[in-house]
Amino acid sequence: MAAILLDPLATIGRATLGACRVTGSVALFALEAVSHLIRPPFYLRLFWRAFIEIAWFSLPVVALTAVFTGMVLALQSYTGFARFNAQSTIASVVVISLVRELGPVLASLMVAGRIGASFAAEIGTMRVTDQIDALTTLSTNPMKYLVAPRLLAAVIAMPLLVLVADILGVMGGWLIGTLKLGFVSAAYLKSTFDYLQFDDVFSGLVKAAVFGFVIALMGTWCGYNSRGGAQGVGGATTSAVVASSILILALDYVLTEIFFAR
Amino acid sequence: MRDTSAEQGLGAAMAAGVPKIRVRGLRKAFGPKQVLDGVDLDVAAGHSMVVLGGSGSGKSVTIKCIIGLIDPDEGSIEIDGVDVLRMSRRDREAMGDRIGMLFQNGALFDSLPVWENVCFKLLAQNRISRDKARDKAAEVLAQVGLAASVGDLSPAELSGGMQKRVALARAIAAQPDIIFFDEPTTGLDPIMGAVIDGLIVDCVKRLGATAISITHDMASARRIGDTAAMIHKGRIVWTGPAQSLGHAGNAMVDQFANGQREGPIQMELRR
Ligand SMILES: Nc1ncnc2c1ncn2[C@@H]1O[C@H](COP(=O)(O)OP(=O)(O)OP(=O)(O)O)[C@@H](O)[C@H]1O
Ligand SMILES: [Mg+2]
Repeated sequence: MAAILLDPLATIGRATLGACRVTGSVALFALEAVSHLIRPPFYLRLFWRAFIEIAWFSLPVVALTAVFTGMVLALQSYTGFARFNAQSTIASVVVISLVRELGPVLASLMVAGRIGASFAAEIGTMRVTDQIDALTTLSTNPMKYLVAPRLLAAVIAMPLLVLVADILGVMGGWLIGTLKLGFVSAAYLKSTFDYLQFDDVFSGLVKAAVFGFVIALMGTWCGYNSRGGAQGVGGATTSAVVASSILILALDYVLTEIFFAR
Repeated sequence: MRDTSAEQGLGAAMAAGVPKIRVRGLRKAFGPKQVLDGVDLDVAAGHSMVVLGGSGSGKSVTIKCIIGLIDPDEGSIEIDGVDVLRMSRRDREAMGDRIGMLFQNGALFDSLPVWENVCFKLLAQNRISRDKARDKAAEVLAQVGLAASVGDLSPAELSGGMQKRVALARAIAAQPDIIFFDEPTTGLDPIMGAVIDGLIVDCVKRLGATAISITHDMASARRIGDTAAMIHKGRIVWTGPAQSLGHAGNAMVDQFANGQREGPIQMELRR
Protein backbone atom coordinates (compact mmCIF):
# COMPACT_ATOMS: atom_id res chain seq x y z
CA MET A 1 0.00 0.00 0.00
CA ALA A 2 2.68 2.42 1.12
CA ALA A 3 4.73 1.47 -1.88
CA ILE A 4 1.92 2.36 -4.27
CA LEU A 5 1.54 5.71 -2.56
CA LEU A 6 5.23 6.43 -2.33
CA ASP A 7 6.22 5.28 -5.77
CA PRO A 8 4.70 8.17 -7.73
CA LEU A 9 6.08 10.55 -5.14
CA ALA A 10 9.54 9.09 -5.55
CA THR A 11 9.25 9.36 -9.32
CA ILE A 12 8.16 12.99 -9.10
CA GLY A 13 10.98 13.67 -6.65
CA ARG A 14 13.55 12.06 -8.89
CA ALA A 15 12.30 13.94 -11.93
CA THR A 16 12.37 17.23 -10.04
CA LEU A 17 15.90 16.61 -8.79
CA GLY A 18 16.98 15.66 -12.30
CA ALA A 19 15.45 18.83 -13.74
CA CYS A 20 17.16 20.96 -11.10
CA ARG A 21 20.48 19.29 -11.82
CA VAL A 22 20.19 19.92 -15.54
CA THR A 23 19.08 23.53 -15.03
CA GLY A 24 21.97 24.17 -12.67
CA SER A 25 24.43 22.55 -15.02
CA VAL A 26 23.21 24.61 -17.99
CA ALA A 27 23.31 27.80 -15.92
CA LEU A 28 26.88 27.17 -14.74
CA PHE A 29 27.90 26.30 -18.28
CA ALA A 30 26.37 29.54 -19.57
CA LEU A 31 28.06 31.59 -16.86
CA GLU A 32 31.43 30.08 -17.58
CA ALA A 33 31.05 30.60 -21.33
CA VAL A 34 30.03 34.23 -20.88
CA SER A 35 32.94 34.83 -18.51
CA HIS A 36 35.27 33.70 -21.31
CA LEU A 37 33.87 36.39 -23.59
CA ILE A 38 35.44 39.08 -21.46
CA ARG A 39 38.83 37.44 -20.88
CA PRO A 40 41.49 37.07 -23.59
CA PRO A 41 42.52 35.29 -25.72
CA PHE A 42 39.62 35.84 -28.14
CA TYR A 43 39.11 33.55 -31.08
CA LEU A 44 37.94 35.99 -33.76
CA ARG A 45 38.43 33.47 -36.53
CA LEU A 46 36.07 31.01 -34.82
CA PHE A 47 33.57 33.74 -34.06
CA TRP A 48 33.56 34.73 -37.70
CA ARG A 49 33.14 31.17 -38.91
CA ALA A 50 30.16 30.61 -36.61
CA PHE A 51 28.69 33.98 -37.57
CA ILE A 52 28.81 33.18 -41.29
CA GLU A 53 27.34 29.75 -40.62
CA ILE A 54 24.40 31.24 -38.71
CA ALA A 55 23.75 34.51 -40.49
CA TRP A 56 24.63 33.73 -44.09
CA PHE A 57 23.84 30.05 -44.54
CA SER A 58 20.54 30.27 -42.64
CA LEU A 59 19.42 33.12 -44.86
CA PRO A 60 17.65 31.04 -47.55
CA VAL A 61 15.65 29.01 -45.02
CA VAL A 62 14.71 32.03 -42.96
CA ALA A 63 13.87 34.10 -46.05
CA LEU A 64 11.51 31.49 -47.46
CA THR A 65 9.82 31.04 -44.09
CA ALA A 66 9.33 34.78 -43.76
CA VAL A 67 7.97 35.36 -47.25
CA PHE A 68 5.40 32.59 -46.98
CA THR A 69 4.39 33.63 -43.49
CA GLY A 70 3.77 37.18 -44.70
CA MET A 71 1.72 35.88 -47.61
CA VAL A 72 -0.41 33.60 -45.47
CA LEU A 73 -0.87 36.31 -42.88
CA ALA A 74 -2.21 38.74 -45.48
CA LEU A 75 -4.67 36.17 -46.85
CA GLN A 76 -5.88 35.02 -43.46
CA SER A 77 -6.35 38.48 -42.03
CA TYR A 78 -8.27 39.47 -45.16
CA THR A 79 -10.65 36.55 -44.61
CA GLY A 80 -11.24 37.62 -41.04
CA PHE A 81 -11.25 41.38 -41.39
CA ALA A 82 -13.46 41.52 -44.46
CA ARG A 83 -16.30 40.35 -42.19
CA PHE A 84 -16.00 43.63 -40.27
CA ASN A 85 -15.26 45.78 -43.30
CA ALA A 86 -11.86 46.41 -41.79
CA GLN A 87 -9.71 45.42 -44.78
CA SER A 88 -7.74 48.65 -44.54
CA THR A 89 -6.04 47.50 -41.36
CA ILE A 90 -4.54 44.39 -42.96
CA ALA A 91 -1.18 45.97 -43.71
CA SER A 92 -0.67 47.02 -40.08
CA VAL A 93 -1.82 43.65 -38.76
CA VAL A 94 0.63 41.86 -41.03
CA VAL A 95 3.60 44.02 -40.13
CA ILE A 96 2.93 44.09 -36.39
CA SER A 97 2.41 40.34 -36.06
CA LEU A 98 5.50 39.70 -38.13
CA VAL A 99 7.81 42.12 -36.42
CA ARG A 100 6.71 41.48 -32.85
CA GLU A 101 6.06 37.79 -32.97
CA LEU A 102 6.27 35.61 -36.03
CA GLY A 103 9.54 36.93 -37.41
CA PRO A 104 11.62 36.21 -34.32
CA VAL A 105 9.87 32.98 -33.37
CA LEU A 106 9.73 31.31 -36.76
CA ALA A 107 13.23 32.39 -37.76
CA SER A 108 14.57 31.11 -34.44
CA LEU A 109 12.78 27.79 -34.77
CA MET A 110 14.28 27.32 -38.22
CA VAL A 111 17.74 28.28 -36.98
CA ALA A 112 17.33 25.98 -33.97
CA GLY A 113 16.86 23.09 -36.39
CA ARG A 114 19.90 24.01 -38.44
CA ILE A 115 22.40 25.54 -36.07
CA GLY A 116 21.44 23.92 -32.76
CA ALA A 117 21.73 20.53 -34.40
CA SER A 118 25.02 21.30 -36.12
CA PHE A 119 26.62 22.72 -32.96
CA ALA A 120 25.53 19.71 -30.94
CA ALA A 121 26.72 17.24 -33.58
CA GLU A 122 30.09 18.93 -34.10
CA ILE A 123 30.94 19.44 -30.44
CA GLY A 124 29.47 16.07 -29.50
CA THR A 125 31.70 14.33 -32.05
CA MET A 126 34.67 16.23 -30.69
CA ARG A 127 33.75 15.03 -27.20
CA VAL A 128 33.43 11.35 -28.05
CA THR A 129 36.62 11.33 -30.15
CA ASP A 130 38.69 12.94 -27.34
CA GLN A 131 39.19 16.15 -29.33
CA ILE A 132 37.92 18.23 -26.41
CA ASP A 133 40.41 16.53 -24.09
CA ALA A 134 43.08 17.13 -26.70
CA LEU A 135 42.30 20.87 -26.64
CA THR A 136 42.98 20.91 -22.93
CA THR A 137 46.36 19.25 -23.39
CA LEU A 138 47.19 21.81 -26.09
CA SER A 139 46.96 24.81 -23.76
CA THR A 140 43.50 25.78 -24.96
CA ASN A 141 40.39 26.09 -22.86
CA PRO A 142 37.61 24.24 -24.68
CA MET A 143 34.88 26.47 -23.26
CA LYS A 144 36.67 29.53 -24.57
CA TYR A 145 37.54 27.93 -27.88
CA LEU A 146 34.34 26.06 -28.72
CA VAL A 147 31.49 27.59 -26.77
CA ALA A 148 32.11 31.30 -26.25
CA PRO A 149 32.57 32.28 -29.94
CA ARG A 150 29.45 30.38 -30.94
CA LEU A 151 27.34 32.03 -28.25
CA LEU A 152 28.47 35.50 -29.25
CA ALA A 153 27.98 34.78 -32.94
CA ALA A 154 24.42 33.58 -32.38
CA VAL A 155 23.48 36.57 -30.22
CA ILE A 156 24.69 38.97 -32.90
CA ALA A 157 23.53 37.05 -35.96
CA MET A 158 19.94 36.30 -34.90
CA PRO A 159 18.73 39.95 -34.75
CA LEU A 160 20.24 40.58 -38.18
CA LEU A 161 18.51 37.52 -39.58
CA VAL A 162 15.23 38.56 -38.01
CA LEU A 163 15.53 42.04 -39.44
CA VAL A 164 15.82 40.50 -42.89
CA ALA A 165 12.94 38.16 -42.10
CA ASP A 166 10.78 41.13 -41.06
CA ILE A 167 11.44 42.95 -44.32
CA LEU A 168 10.84 39.88 -46.47
CA GLY A 169 7.70 38.99 -44.54
CA VAL A 170 6.26 42.45 -45.13
CA MET A 171 7.12 42.05 -48.79
CA GLY A 172 5.27 38.75 -48.88
CA GLY A 173 2.20 40.43 -47.42
CA TRP A 174 2.50 43.32 -49.85
CA LEU A 175 2.77 40.90 -52.77
CA ILE A 176 -0.51 39.21 -51.87
CA GLY A 177 -2.12 42.51 -50.91
CA THR A 178 -1.43 44.16 -54.26
CA LEU A 179 -1.60 41.20 -56.62
CA LYS A 180 -4.51 39.30 -55.15
CA LEU A 181 -6.46 41.47 -52.75
CA GLY A 182 -6.57 44.60 -54.89
CA PHE A 183 -4.70 47.06 -52.69
CA VAL A 184 -2.93 50.02 -54.25
CA SER A 185 0.79 49.49 -53.67
CA ALA A 186 1.53 52.93 -52.21
CA ALA A 187 -1.49 52.82 -49.91
CA TYR A 188 -0.53 49.36 -48.62
CA LEU A 189 3.00 50.46 -47.84
CA LYS A 190 1.80 53.71 -46.26
CA SER A 191 -0.50 51.89 -43.87
CA THR A 192 2.29 49.39 -43.16
CA PHE A 193 4.58 52.09 -41.84
CA ASP A 194 2.01 54.49 -40.42
CA TYR A 195 1.20 52.50 -37.33
CA LEU A 196 4.53 50.73 -36.88
CA GLN A 197 6.41 51.86 -33.78
CA PHE A 198 10.05 51.58 -32.90
CA ASP A 199 9.19 49.42 -29.89
CA ASP A 200 7.55 46.82 -32.11
CA VAL A 201 10.76 46.29 -34.05
CA PHE A 202 12.99 46.62 -31.01
CA SER A 203 11.12 44.05 -28.92
CA GLY A 204 11.33 41.61 -31.81
CA LEU A 205 15.09 42.08 -32.13
CA VAL A 206 15.62 41.64 -28.40
CA LYS A 207 13.67 38.41 -28.61
CA ALA A 208 15.86 37.34 -31.51
CA ALA A 209 19.05 37.96 -29.52
CA VAL A 210 17.71 35.96 -26.56
CA PHE A 211 16.60 33.11 -28.81
CA GLY A 212 20.01 33.13 -30.50
CA PHE A 213 21.65 32.73 -27.10
CA VAL A 214 19.30 29.87 -26.22
CA ILE A 215 19.94 28.06 -29.50
CA ALA A 216 23.72 28.28 -29.21
CA LEU A 217 23.65 27.46 -25.50
CA MET A 218 21.54 24.32 -25.86
CA GLY A 219 23.48 23.20 -28.94
CA THR A 220 26.86 23.55 -27.29
CA TRP A 221 25.74 22.24 -23.90
CA CYS A 222 24.17 19.10 -25.33
CA GLY A 223 27.23 18.48 -27.50
CA TYR A 224 29.69 19.20 -24.73
CA ASN A 225 28.00 16.73 -22.38
CA SER A 226 27.36 13.96 -24.88
CA ARG A 227 28.60 10.50 -24.04
CA GLY A 228 28.87 7.18 -25.74
CA GLY A 229 29.79 7.29 -29.41
CA ALA A 230 27.61 7.96 -32.42
CA GLN A 231 24.43 7.13 -30.56
CA GLY A 232 25.26 9.65 -27.85
CA VAL A 233 25.91 12.34 -30.44
CA GLY A 234 22.61 11.55 -32.14
CA GLY A 235 20.81 11.89 -28.82
CA ALA A 236 22.59 15.17 -28.09
CA THR A 237 21.51 16.55 -31.45
CA THR A 238 17.87 15.66 -30.88
CA SER A 239 17.89 17.06 -27.34
CA ALA A 240 19.47 20.30 -28.52
CA VAL A 241 16.77 20.92 -31.12
CA VAL A 242 13.87 19.89 -28.87
CA ALA A 243 15.12 21.81 -25.84
CA SER A 244 15.87 25.00 -27.73
CA SER A 245 12.53 24.90 -29.59
CA ILE A 246 10.56 24.53 -26.36
CA LEU A 247 12.64 27.18 -24.62
CA ILE A 248 12.11 29.57 -27.53
CA LEU A 249 8.34 29.25 -27.28
CA ALA A 250 8.31 29.48 -23.48
CA LEU A 251 10.69 32.44 -23.36
CA ASP A 252 8.66 34.09 -26.11
CA TYR A 253 5.74 34.24 -23.72
CA VAL A 254 7.90 35.56 -20.89
CA LEU A 255 9.45 38.26 -23.04
CA THR A 256 6.10 39.28 -24.52
CA GLU A 257 4.74 39.59 -21.01
CA ILE A 258 7.68 41.79 -20.02
CA PHE A 259 7.29 44.07 -23.05
CA PHE A 260 3.50 44.10 -22.60
CA ALA A 261 3.83 45.29 -19.02
CA ARG A 262 6.04 48.20 -19.95
CA MET B 1 57.95 37.67 -10.80
CA ARG B 2 57.03 34.07 -11.32
CA ASP B 3 57.49 32.44 -7.99
CA THR B 4 54.86 29.76 -8.37
CA SER B 5 54.56 26.88 -6.00
CA ALA B 6 55.45 24.60 -8.92
CA GLU B 7 58.89 26.16 -9.18
CA GLN B 8 59.48 26.06 -5.46
CA GLY B 9 58.50 22.41 -5.65
CA LEU B 10 60.97 21.86 -8.47
CA GLY B 11 63.81 23.12 -6.31
CA ALA B 12 62.81 20.89 -3.46
CA ALA B 13 62.37 17.97 -5.83
CA MET B 14 65.85 18.29 -7.24
CA ALA B 15 67.33 18.56 -3.78
CA ALA B 16 65.66 15.42 -2.56
CA GLY B 17 65.91 13.38 -5.78
CA VAL B 18 62.13 13.05 -5.91
CA PRO B 19 60.79 11.34 -9.04
CA LYS B 20 59.40 13.53 -11.81
CA ILE B 21 56.05 11.82 -11.59
CA ARG B 22 54.87 10.11 -8.46
CA VAL B 23 51.46 8.49 -8.19
CA ARG B 24 50.16 7.03 -4.95
CA GLY B 25 47.02 5.08 -4.21
CA LEU B 26 45.15 6.26 -7.29
CA ARG B 27 41.57 5.00 -7.31
CA LYS B 28 38.84 5.63 -9.82
CA ALA B 29 35.47 3.98 -10.31
CA PHE B 30 33.01 4.49 -13.14
CA GLY B 31 29.65 3.65 -11.61
CA PRO B 32 29.99 0.28 -9.92
CA LYS B 33 33.14 -0.56 -11.86
CA GLN B 34 36.39 -0.02 -9.95
CA VAL B 35 38.80 0.69 -12.80
CA LEU B 36 41.81 1.90 -10.80
CA ASP B 37 42.26 0.27 -7.42
CA GLY B 38 45.32 1.86 -5.88
CA VAL B 39 47.85 2.57 -8.63
CA ASP B 40 51.37 3.48 -7.44
CA LEU B 41 53.87 4.71 -10.00
CA ASP B 42 57.24 6.50 -9.95
CA VAL B 43 58.97 7.85 -13.02
CA ALA B 44 62.38 9.44 -12.65
CA ALA B 45 63.17 12.63 -14.54
CA GLY B 46 64.49 11.97 -18.04
CA HIS B 47 63.35 8.38 -17.95
CA SER B 48 61.01 6.56 -20.24
CA MET B 49 58.51 4.18 -18.72
CA VAL B 50 56.33 1.78 -20.64
CA VAL B 51 53.05 0.65 -19.15
CA LEU B 52 51.71 -2.73 -20.14
CA GLY B 53 48.44 -4.39 -19.38
CA GLY B 54 45.44 -6.12 -20.86
CA SER B 55 42.80 -4.30 -22.79
CA GLY B 56 40.52 -2.40 -20.44
CA SER B 57 42.87 -2.71 -17.48
CA GLY B 58 42.90 1.07 -16.92
CA LYS B 59 46.08 2.23 -18.68
CA SER B 60 44.47 5.10 -20.54
CA VAL B 61 42.48 6.11 -17.46
CA THR B 62 45.71 6.27 -15.40
CA ILE B 63 47.31 8.62 -17.91
CA LYS B 64 44.20 10.76 -18.16
CA CYS B 65 44.20 11.10 -14.38
CA ILE B 66 47.82 12.24 -14.40
CA ILE B 67 47.20 14.96 -16.99
CA GLY B 68 44.03 16.04 -15.23
CA LEU B 69 41.43 14.99 -17.79
CA ILE B 70 39.80 12.65 -15.29
CA ASP B 71 39.45 13.46 -11.60
CA PRO B 72 40.42 10.43 -9.53
CA ASP B 73 38.30 9.44 -6.53
CA GLU B 74 41.31 9.04 -4.25
CA GLY B 75 45.08 9.17 -4.26
CA SER B 76 47.79 11.68 -4.97
CA ILE B 77 49.64 12.67 -8.11
CA GLU B 78 52.85 14.62 -7.75
CA ILE B 79 54.75 16.19 -10.61
CA ASP B 80 58.12 17.64 -9.61
CA GLY B 81 57.11 17.01 -6.02
CA VAL B 82 53.95 19.14 -6.18
CA ASP B 83 50.54 17.58 -5.71
CA VAL B 84 48.71 18.51 -8.90
CA LEU B 85 45.29 17.60 -7.51
CA ARG B 86 45.57 20.39 -4.94
CA MET B 87 46.99 22.95 -7.34
CA SER B 88 45.16 26.13 -8.25
CA ARG B 89 43.61 26.11 -11.69
CA ARG B 90 46.16 28.61 -12.97
CA ASP B 91 49.15 26.57 -11.77
CA ARG B 92 47.61 23.51 -13.26
CA GLU B 93 47.23 25.21 -16.62
CA ALA B 94 50.86 26.33 -16.43
CA MET B 95 51.80 22.72 -15.71
CA GLY B 96 49.73 21.61 -18.71
CA ASP B 97 51.81 23.84 -20.96
CA ARG B 98 54.79 21.56 -20.32
CA ILE B 99 52.93 18.31 -20.98
CA GLY B 100 52.31 16.60 -24.30
CA MET B 101 49.90 13.80 -25.01
CA LEU B 102 49.31 11.43 -27.88
CA PHE B 103 45.76 10.09 -27.66
CA GLN B 104 45.04 6.47 -28.42
CA ASN B 105 42.72 7.39 -31.30
CA GLY B 106 44.74 10.39 -32.48
CA ALA B 107 42.03 12.93 -31.60
CA LEU B 108 43.04 15.23 -34.45
CA PHE B 109 40.88 18.31 -35.01
CA ASP B 110 39.07 17.51 -38.21
CA SER B 111 38.01 21.10 -38.79
CA LEU B 112 41.64 22.17 -39.15
CA PRO B 113 44.26 21.24 -41.76
CA VAL B 114 47.13 19.03 -40.67
CA TRP B 115 49.68 21.85 -40.35
CA GLU B 116 47.42 23.74 -37.97
CA ASN B 117 46.89 20.58 -35.94
CA VAL B 118 50.63 20.08 -35.63
CA CYS B 119 51.37 23.65 -34.56
CA PHE B 120 48.22 24.06 -32.48
CA LYS B 121 49.96 24.37 -29.14
CA LEU B 122 52.68 26.68 -30.42
CA LEU B 123 50.00 28.91 -31.93
CA ALA B 124 47.88 28.77 -28.78
CA GLN B 125 50.84 29.85 -26.69
CA ASN B 126 51.79 32.56 -29.21
CA ARG B 127 55.23 31.04 -29.54
CA ILE B 128 55.05 31.19 -33.32
CA SER B 129 53.29 33.30 -35.96
CA ARG B 130 50.81 31.78 -38.38
CA ASP B 131 53.18 32.48 -41.29
CA LYS B 132 55.98 30.52 -39.70
CA ALA B 133 53.69 27.72 -38.51
CA ARG B 134 53.54 26.01 -41.90
CA ASP B 135 57.30 25.72 -42.11
CA LYS B 136 57.51 24.52 -38.55
CA ALA B 137 54.78 21.95 -39.26
CA ALA B 138 56.67 20.70 -42.30
CA GLU B 139 59.77 20.28 -40.15
CA VAL B 140 57.97 18.26 -37.48
CA LEU B 141 56.08 16.23 -40.08
CA ALA B 142 59.40 15.29 -41.65
CA GLN B 143 60.50 13.88 -38.29
CA VAL B 144 57.57 11.48 -38.32
CA GLY B 145 58.22 10.55 -41.93
CA LEU B 146 55.50 12.60 -43.61
CA ALA B 147 55.94 14.90 -46.62
CA ALA B 148 55.38 18.62 -46.20
CA SER B 149 52.44 18.40 -48.65
CA VAL B 150 50.53 16.38 -46.05
CA GLY B 151 50.28 19.62 -44.08
CA ASP B 152 47.61 20.99 -46.38
CA LEU B 153 45.34 17.95 -46.19
CA SER B 154 42.56 17.58 -43.68
CA PRO B 155 42.87 14.77 -41.11
CA ALA B 156 39.93 12.91 -42.67
CA GLU B 157 41.98 12.49 -45.87
CA LEU B 158 44.74 10.55 -44.10
CA SER B 159 45.12 6.83 -43.50
CA GLY B 160 44.94 5.58 -39.91
CA GLY B 161 48.70 5.24 -39.59
CA MET B 162 49.26 8.70 -41.04
CA GLN B 163 46.77 10.14 -38.56
CA LYS B 164 48.71 8.50 -35.77
CA ARG B 165 51.94 10.06 -36.98
CA VAL B 166 50.34 13.49 -37.29
CA ALA B 167 49.02 13.10 -33.75
CA LEU B 168 52.53 12.19 -32.63
CA ALA B 169 53.91 15.23 -34.41
CA ARG B 170 51.33 17.38 -32.63
CA ALA B 171 52.27 15.91 -29.26
CA ILE B 172 55.98 16.64 -29.64
CA ALA B 173 55.90 19.87 -31.68
CA ALA B 174 55.88 22.11 -28.59
CA GLN B 175 58.83 20.18 -27.11
CA PRO B 176 57.11 19.24 -23.86
CA ASP B 177 58.86 18.35 -20.68
CA ILE B 178 56.67 15.35 -19.96
CA ILE B 179 55.13 13.29 -22.76
CA PHE B 180 52.45 10.63 -22.67
CA PHE B 181 52.09 8.25 -25.58
CA ASP B 182 48.95 6.14 -25.64
CA GLU B 183 49.79 3.31 -28.03
CA PRO B 184 52.06 5.31 -30.36
CA THR B 185 52.79 2.47 -32.77
CA THR B 186 49.46 0.65 -32.92
CA GLY B 187 48.25 0.64 -36.51
CA LEU B 188 51.67 1.32 -38.05
CA ASP B 189 53.65 -1.03 -40.22
CA PRO B 190 56.69 -2.63 -38.46
CA ILE B 191 59.27 -0.39 -40.12
CA MET B 192 57.39 2.81 -39.38
CA GLY B 193 56.82 1.48 -35.86
CA ALA B 194 60.57 1.20 -35.40
CA VAL B 195 61.06 4.72 -36.80
CA ILE B 196 58.50 6.11 -34.34
CA ASP B 197 60.13 4.21 -31.48
CA GLY B 198 63.42 5.84 -32.44
CA LEU B 199 61.73 9.20 -32.45
CA ILE B 200 60.35 8.67 -28.98
CA VAL B 201 63.75 7.62 -27.65
CA ASP B 202 65.17 10.69 -29.35
CA CYS B 203 62.64 12.97 -27.70
CA VAL B 204 63.50 11.62 -24.30
CA LYS B 205 67.27 11.70 -24.81
CA ARG B 206 67.59 14.92 -26.78
CA LEU B 207 64.96 17.02 -25.03
CA GLY B 208 65.57 15.46 -21.66
CA ALA B 209 61.86 14.77 -21.48
CA THR B 210 60.18 12.27 -19.21
CA ALA B 211 57.88 9.87 -21.02
CA ILE B 212 55.19 7.37 -20.17
CA SER B 213 54.15 5.17 -23.05
CA ILE B 214 51.42 2.59 -23.25
CA THR B 215 52.09 -0.18 -25.68
CA HIS B 216 51.04 -3.72 -26.51
CA ASP B 217 54.11 -4.34 -28.64
CA MET B 218 56.93 -6.00 -26.68
CA ALA B 219 59.68 -5.22 -29.20
CA SER B 220 58.62 -1.61 -29.08
CA ALA B 221 58.45 -1.68 -25.27
CA ARG B 222 62.05 -2.89 -25.08
CA ARG B 223 63.17 -0.25 -27.56
CA ILE B 224 61.55 2.77 -25.96
CA GLY B 225 61.43 1.86 -22.30
CA ASP B 226 63.97 2.28 -19.55
CA THR B 227 61.56 0.80 -17.07
CA ALA B 228 58.34 -1.08 -17.50
CA ALA B 229 55.28 -1.43 -15.32
CA MET B 230 52.47 -3.88 -15.64
CA ILE B 231 48.94 -3.00 -14.64
CA HIS B 232 46.37 -5.65 -13.88
CA LYS B 233 42.93 -5.27 -12.33
CA GLY B 234 43.57 -1.63 -11.50
CA ARG B 235 46.90 -2.12 -9.73
CA ILE B 236 50.54 -2.06 -10.72
CA VAL B 237 51.58 -5.68 -10.24
CA TRP B 238 55.18 -5.42 -11.43
CA THR B 239 57.83 -2.81 -12.18
CA GLY B 240 61.26 -3.58 -13.57
CA PRO B 241 63.72 -2.86 -16.35
CA ALA B 242 62.14 -2.89 -19.79
CA GLN B 243 64.98 -5.04 -21.14
CA SER B 244 63.90 -7.91 -18.89
CA LEU B 245 60.46 -8.14 -20.49
CA GLY B 246 59.88 -11.70 -21.61
CA HIS B 247 62.18 -13.13 -18.95
CA ALA B 248 61.23 -11.03 -15.98
CA GLY B 249 60.72 -13.89 -13.59
CA ASN B 250 57.21 -12.74 -12.78
CA ALA B 251 54.63 -15.22 -13.96
CA MET B 252 52.10 -12.59 -14.98
CA VAL B 253 54.54 -10.40 -16.86
CA ASP B 254 56.10 -13.32 -18.64
CA GLN B 255 52.73 -14.68 -19.68
CA PHE B 256 51.76 -11.24 -20.97
CA ALA B 257 55.05 -10.47 -22.70
CA ASN B 258 55.22 -13.84 -24.40
CA GLY B 259 51.53 -13.87 -25.28
CA GLN B 260 50.66 -17.21 -23.68
CA ARG B 261 47.13 -18.31 -23.13
CA GLU B 262 47.89 -20.35 -20.02
CA GLY B 263 48.99 -18.55 -16.88
CA PRO B 264 47.89 -16.52 -13.91
CA ILE B 265 46.03 -13.94 -16.06
CA GLN B 266 42.66 -15.31 -17.02
CA MET B 267 41.10 -13.30 -19.82
CA GLU B 268 37.41 -12.92 -19.26
CA LEU B 269 35.68 -13.99 -22.41
CA ARG B 270 31.98 -13.25 -22.34
CA ARG B 271 29.68 -15.09 -24.59
N1 LIG C 1 34.66 7.78 -19.41
C1 LIG C 1 34.43 6.53 -19.01
N2 LIG C 1 33.23 6.19 -18.53
C2 LIG C 1 32.98 4.95 -18.10
N3 LIG C 1 33.87 3.95 -18.13
C3 LIG C 1 35.08 4.22 -18.61
C4 LIG C 1 35.43 5.53 -19.08
N4 LIG C 1 36.72 5.50 -19.49
C5 LIG C 1 37.15 4.24 -19.29
N5 LIG C 1 36.18 3.46 -18.76
C6 LIG C 1 36.31 2.06 -18.40
O1 LIG C 1 37.53 1.91 -17.74
C7 LIG C 1 38.16 0.71 -18.12
C8 LIG C 1 39.60 0.98 -18.47
O2 LIG C 1 39.64 1.77 -19.64
P1 LIG C 1 41.00 2.20 -20.32
O3 LIG C 1 40.63 3.04 -21.48
O4 LIG C 1 41.90 2.78 -19.32
O5 LIG C 1 41.58 0.82 -20.83
P2 LIG C 1 43.01 0.53 -21.43
O6 LIG C 1 43.81 -0.16 -20.40
O7 LIG C 1 43.57 1.78 -22.00
O8 LIG C 1 42.66 -0.51 -22.57
P3 LIG C 1 43.15 -0.56 -24.10
O9 LIG C 1 44.45 -1.27 -24.10
O10 LIG C 1 42.11 -1.39 -24.76
O11 LIG C 1 43.23 0.83 -24.60
C9 LIG C 1 37.35 0.13 -19.25
O12 LIG C 1 36.69 -1.01 -18.77
C10 LIG C 1 36.36 1.19 -19.61
O13 LIG C 1 35.12 0.58 -19.83
MG1 LIG D 1 43.73 2.63 -23.79
